[in-house]
Amino acid sequence: MSTAMVEVRSVHKSFGSLEVLRGVDLDVRAGEVTVVLGPSGSGKSTLLRTINHLEKVDSGWITVDGTLVGYRRSGDKLYELREREVLKQRTQIGFVFQNFNLFPHLTVLDNVVEAPVAALKRPRKAAVAAAEKLLARVGLSDKADAYPKQLSGGQQQRVAIARALALEPKLLLFDEPTSALDPELVGEVLDVIKDLAASGTTMIVVTHEIGFAREVADTVVFMDEGAIVEQGPPAEVLDAPRHERTRAFLSKVL
Amino acid sequence: MSLTLPERPPTAPAGDVPEAPRIVPARRTGQRITAVVVLVLLGLAINSVVRNDAFQWGVVADYFATTAVLRGLWLTVWLTAVVMALGFALGTLLAVLRLSTNPVLRAVSWGYVWLFRSTPILVQLLFWFNIGALYPHILGVRTVDLMGPVTVAVVGLTLHEAAYAAEVVRGGILSVPRGQLEAAQSLGLSRLRRLRRIVLPQAMRSIVPPAGNMLIGTLKGTSIVSIIAVNDLLYSTQLIYHRTYQVVPLLLVATLWYVVVTSLLSVVQYYVERHYARGSADAR
Repeated sequence: MSTAMVEVRSVHKSFGSLEVLRGVDLDVRAGEVTVVLGPSGSGKSTLLRTINHLEKVDSGWITVDGTLVGYRRSGDKLYELREREVLKQRTQIGFVFQNFNLFPHLTVLDNVVEAPVAALKRPRKAAVAAAEKLLARVGLSDKADAYPKQLSGGQQQRVAIARALALEPKLLLFDEPTSALDPELVGEVLDVIKDLAASGTTMIVVTHEIGFAREVADTVVFMDEGAIVEQGPPAEVLDAPRHERTRAFLSKVL
Repeated sequence: MSLTLPERPPTAPAGDVPEAPRIVPARRTGQRITAVVVLVLLGLAINSVVRNDAFQWGVVADYFATTAVLRGLWLTVWLTAVVMALGFALGTLLAVLRLSTNPVLRAVSWGYVWLFRSTPILVQLLFWFNIGALYPHILGVRTVDLMGPVTVAVVGLTLHEAAYAAEVVRGGILSVPRGQLEAAQSLGLSRLRRLRRIVLPQAMRSIVPPAGNMLIGTLKGTSIVSIIAVNDLLYSTQLIYHRTYQVVPLLLVATLWYVVVTSLLSVVQYYVERHYARGSADAR
């Protein structure tokens, strides 16, 4: 019933002689949360990075909201887009990094305001007002004038989420958003992501948090050795996995 | 599960609060003797400088603030400022070219740095001074008219400075973590915006200390233009002592001014460093 927000079709990607993605197909419907699980080196982060063209694919293609990412199709060829066009596409795809990657020399507010002003040409006043609302949403209104280093890891990641939301993206990508956090800070970040999920934001989340996957995911995808092993609702993939490799992985992390 | 407590030390009778033993720092006799010896030697050295009439401190005082010397000082200061500004502008451009994806631009930038770092500044200055021999006319103007000694000084020092500035700026840019660039890209920031707003401000933290070094080096290095008769601080004092033969006191005038200006620049560097450290853990 809902439309596909993301289509990934037979995507291959190698780093040198190492094949990281070996023909990945994936569909994400609008408004749904897809959680990608898998061991380290299974290619899940690389897959995520190809979706906003931080990594170029070697073959295959990806669309977001019906538009090819990073390429223009003409006949049977895909032509790589100029950087400016890729940057424009990226403003519609929010990306949250494992290590936050906040800009350390800018205040929290300026981190959030930067992209709307520079990339979307919003007037600064409007961008500041919107940023203040976003910071309130992630519970950090009082930290607007702080610098990132003055915040805890959990707070920094919440700022990073607000920064990604400031572009009002159609899609949010999370690359292990809690892996760099102290255990007691994981909850506050997951709460923000859950809140976004409840509001109908389309998200792909690469994570090791099985509990989060069970609670929030519409679809769980299990990857291993550069391919998707199985996918389905959490009740199926997490509680009744069909593949031996999924079972082996889950038995180790649960 | 029983646990036996260790017995109290015999010095602390049971029931009393045990008094903490006092800590006595080690005696550093050697350190004191060394300090005294160094201070005495320093005193003797200062005494010999002050009491030696050959230094002619009176002459130093007479010439310290004369118009000729101050004019020379002013030229040294603005020449340094212009060379630093132009050198770093060109150096930043070279650094960006060196880091570009275009192999031709990369090679050109590398070649520039190679050429201008491989030859002494003195040779480069003499070369620019005699450029008229190679190109008698530039854009229809006689080269000799176009390239006066001051212009030669600006051009020669700037081109040399840029080669070093390029490496300093490149090092600074490379010190910015890759994740910063990826974050900026994922937010759709244009190439120029990424450089100006995200990369360079963070690179400045690594650029400022060696740049401060270069600034002080350049200030002193400008004294080399005295060989092409540019009236800088050193040359202005030389003109005086060629007339009066008071060589040492006039060299002292130049020396003291160099010390004054470099000291002021060190203070400025401190504040610039503090500015670019904002947002970092060791700020304030």
